[in-house]
Amino acid sequence: MSGASTSQLIMLSNDYAIRVENLSKRYLVGHESDKGARYHSMRDTLVRKTITFARNIRDMAGGRHIVQGDEIEEFWALKDISFDVRRGDVLGIIGRNGAGKSTLLKILSRITEPTEGRVRVRGRVASLLEVGTGFHPELTGRENIRLNGAILGMTRSEIRTKFDEIVEFAEVEKFLDTPVKRYSSGMYVRLAFAVAAHLDPEILVVDEVLAVGDAEFQKKCLGRMGDVARDGRTVLFVSHNMHAVERLCRRVLHLERGRAMRMHENVREGILSYLHSDDDGRPPHVWINPGKECENDFFLPQRLAVASTAPDVDPEHPFPAGPPILVTISGLIKRADPTLNIGLALFTEDGELLFWSFTSDAPEANWPNMAVGNISLETIIPGHLLNEGNYHIELISDLRNRHWLIEPGTVAYVNFSIRGGTRWSATWNRSRPGILAPVLIWNSKPICTGASLGRISS
Amino acid sequence: MWDDTELIIEPGRVDRDYWRELWRYRELFQVLAWRDVSVRYKQTVIGVLWALIRPFLTMVVFTVIFGKIARLPSEGGAPYALLVFTGMLPWTFFSSALTEAAGSIVSNATLIGKVYFPRLIVPAATVVVAFLDFIISFAILVAMMIWYRFVPSWQILLLPAVIIIAVAASLGPGLWITTLNVRYRDFRYVIPFIVQLGLYVSPVGFSSSVVPDQWRLLYSLNPLVGVIDGFRWCILGGQSQIYLPGFTLSISVVTLLLWIGVRQFRRMEKTFADLI
Repeated sequence: MSGASTSQLIMLSNDYAIRVENLSKRYLVGHESDKGARYHSMRDTLVRKTITFARNIRDMAGGRHIVQGDEIEEFWALKDISFDVRRGDVLGIIGRNGAGKSTLLKILSRITEPTEGRVRVRGRVASLLEVGTGFHPELTGRENIRLNGAILGMTRSEIRTKFDEIVEFAEVEKFLDTPVKRYSSGMYVRLAFAVAAHLDPEILVVDEVLAVGDAEFQKKCLGRMGDVARDGRTVLFVSHNMHAVERLCRRVLHLERGRAMRMHENVREGILSYLHSDDDGRPPHVWINPGKECENDFFLPQRLAVASTAPDVDPEHPFPAGPPILVTISGLIKRADPTLNIGLALFTEDGELLFWSFTSDAPEANWPNMAVGNISLETIIPGHLLNEGNYHIELISDLRNRHWLIEPGTVAYVNFSIRGGTRWSATWNRSRPGILAPVLIWNSKPICTGASLGRISS
Repeated sequence: MWDDTELIIEPGRVDRDYWRELWRYRELFQVLAWRDVSVRYKQTVIGVLWALIRPFLTMVVFTVIFGKIARLPSEGGAPYALLVFTGMLPWTFFSSALTEAAGSIVSNATLIGKVYFPRLIVPAATVVVAFLDFIISFAILVAMMIWYRFVPSWQILLLPAVIIIAVAASLGPGLWITTLNVRYRDFRYVIPFIVQLGLYVSPVGFSSSVVPDQWRLLYSLNPLVGVIDGFRWCILGGQSQIYLPGFTLSISVVTLLLWIGVRQFRRMEKTFADLI
């Protein structure tokens, strides 16, 4: 760096891998105004079309964007963000969907340009915003390793030296010469992640990519990420999986609607602030889609609600632990797909995931009907299962083993709490330690006979 | 060990190292070109033969229409079929390179949205596919020359230079159109139109010497006139006369279009990911 004359203090504060200064990113969004809807005559329509056409031509000639609709709105995905990432730092970036996390990563990976501000980056950056970018279905596993490696910035000799390791990590030895279009989705994801996992950059930028694949493989991926971080490389990690963030990261950056942001030196603190940051004035037990939130090609959720099945419980008050809890999801299926899954993710207030539950968990005969049109789904969380405490339910949806439609961390969530009544018997009136507090039935069994004891010990 | 160079990302920044950066990514260029080539020949029954059949049949039809029915003159003593084919080859290369390059950014949208690399690599790599077809159809030309016992002279040594001009001629408009195509999808309709019309306004089925002298210079504003004339001159040698003012004009148009294409592309490439 700049030599011996620089003072120690400046050396320290200059020891950054990434410095973000007043970064902003603006998008233009167009709307159709209501004005036009009232006029139906041919002449009015023609006049309007002509005006729009003239404006499009003018914009095109002037090299400006053409925006559909006649009202143009600015949307700041990021506004005035500044922070430093130190060398060797493992920084978790958390926030709700739409908080600007992905935009930030796209700017850092040079995929898109900021509207204002500046980023200084020191070191070779590899970014992993998706697993299997550029995979071609017609090409074989072997060919795709070569292709994907090059796309992610590996040199040919790097790919050659790491080839065997990649194949071993992905567990696809037998199918190396099969086109990947014949791979199972699990194999596909494993191969894709394996290539990415063998990148060797100084700065690694990772978007939510660990959320794919089965649990076993996710564990392996997380382990691999941990290795990279321990190697002293700088890692930026975006995730909705608070457990992964807590395990991997040393600091946490909390983004909120592209603006309010806090850097937390204490990861736990950061996670808690994120989980409690969502008081936007609505009742906690019901979420109603204001419009097109979470929309995708398959499913538009409209309402998520949680309620106690106990009579006379105000949903705004804590639920008793005994009665089962009813979760309802309604929405519009826009396109049917045999792999379409809708479900919920249940978290503790610390962000610990308790479980996911999907419409296709049960035997196929018991799956709900998911044909195109309006649907209303409901499910029951058994009573006497959760301990006293505060809980968070998110609506999630995916195409089974393919990709998320609505990822965890979504804005479609509800909160509820449970107080009291965690036991049936009158003997217990204090809450238990632990996340769950199931009531198990205990029976006494006849005492073992001498003969069977003898068999065990011999 | 630690890379001390600092990369600065800010709006509207002009990359001083643009071309060096492009060179650094040459391996990705090779890999993308290889991908396009291997995908193209997978799942086709007769594969490479397509690159032979198409220009050959077109050549037969053009020879019959322009040579036998319209009785247009050839250049010098060269057989008419040879004249047509020497126009067919650079034309087919131009039209397929232009078509591929023009659609390349939109058809690689997922790549552009998820990974950084100099975007110029994508349209450039597609030209390689067209070039491979060109090499394959070149075999027909060689076979025809043997059939007609036609011996080329020293001019054939300049063929690589003409090929470079042909690449430039297709890449210039290709880059421009692919840039426009990202913002205004209407431009994908422009390409079939250019290709269809271009076949008749370029000297593919006939020699450019049939154009009256007073119109010759104007005709050379079509960059393909220079490319095809140059190609014929290299192959047919002494049989073909090159019209120098026209050739120079065509080359200037090619250079201008390439300059505009690269300039527009560079101006827009940083916003591709937002628009796709």
